[in-house]
Amino acid sequence: MKFGIMVNEGPYQHQASDTAYQFAKAVLAKGHQIYRVFFYHDGVNNGTRLTVPPQDDRNVINRWSDLAIKNNIDLVVCVAAAQRRGILDESEAKRHGKNADNLAPGFRISGLGQLVEAGIQADRLVVFGD
Amino acid sequence: MTDEGGTVKKFMFVNRRAPYGTIYALESLEVVLISAAFDQDVSLAFLDDGVYDLIKGQNTKAIEIKNFSPTYRALEGYDIEKLYVAKDSLEERGLSEDDLLVDAQVVSRAEMADLMAQQDVLLSF
Repeated sequence: MKFGIMVNEGPYQHQASDTAYQFAKAVLAKGHQIYRVFFYHDGVNNGTRLTVPPQDDRNVINRWSDLAIKNNIDLVVCVAAAQRRGILDESEAKRHGKNADNLAPGFRISGLGQLVEAGIQADRLVVFGD
Repeated sequence: MTDEGGTVKKFMFVNRRAPYGTIYALESLEVVLISAAFDQDVSLAFLDDGVYDLIKGQNTKAIEIKNFSPTYRALEGYDIEKLYVAKDSLEERGLSEDDLLVDAQVVSRAEMADLMAQQDVLLSF
């Protein structure tokens, strides 16, 4: 089965991203596919490479990056939600005259159409958030 | 736009939060507007504090946040005309259909459950 996953809450503040990650791992372990993971609302904060969690805690961001790179999963951060919250890749930073970018490896920034498309293409779209 | 292969699914956007206080209602509306470009069967549900999203006469001047409620009136222009509002959520808040800024169908809890059961994709905000 093809799954779409939506993450609507930021890391650490809320368990949604952790649960979505565990769900994604379980999906792959059962031999299913992940069409896309879409990060929206404060969920876009899962895509910053500048987090520095305590060493004895999980690294929510690196975990997503590793999962995506290892399994070739499409991690998409909503551009409008990301701009509001200061999540920028190199080209976005340049375009808006910012002197830094912070998008983590394995993530890409794109539009909300990617979420709707995931709803159309996936057999199930599973939402994680409040 | 990506080719969706002519698939038409039933999408329902469920609005459960008040328009201000959190960004969920506004960012929900942003997804709704984008979904209109994909020729899908889109409907909106308003329940719990989400019924406040559709209340007439919103004035946000004092909180210095943009009043986005007029955008709900523009949905018709995007061919998004299926709006459902939970009757008991309105009544619990002392509101009625007359307080709404758009034409919407006021439905019972059971009718809302039936509508949700018919959907392919439910996005809850």
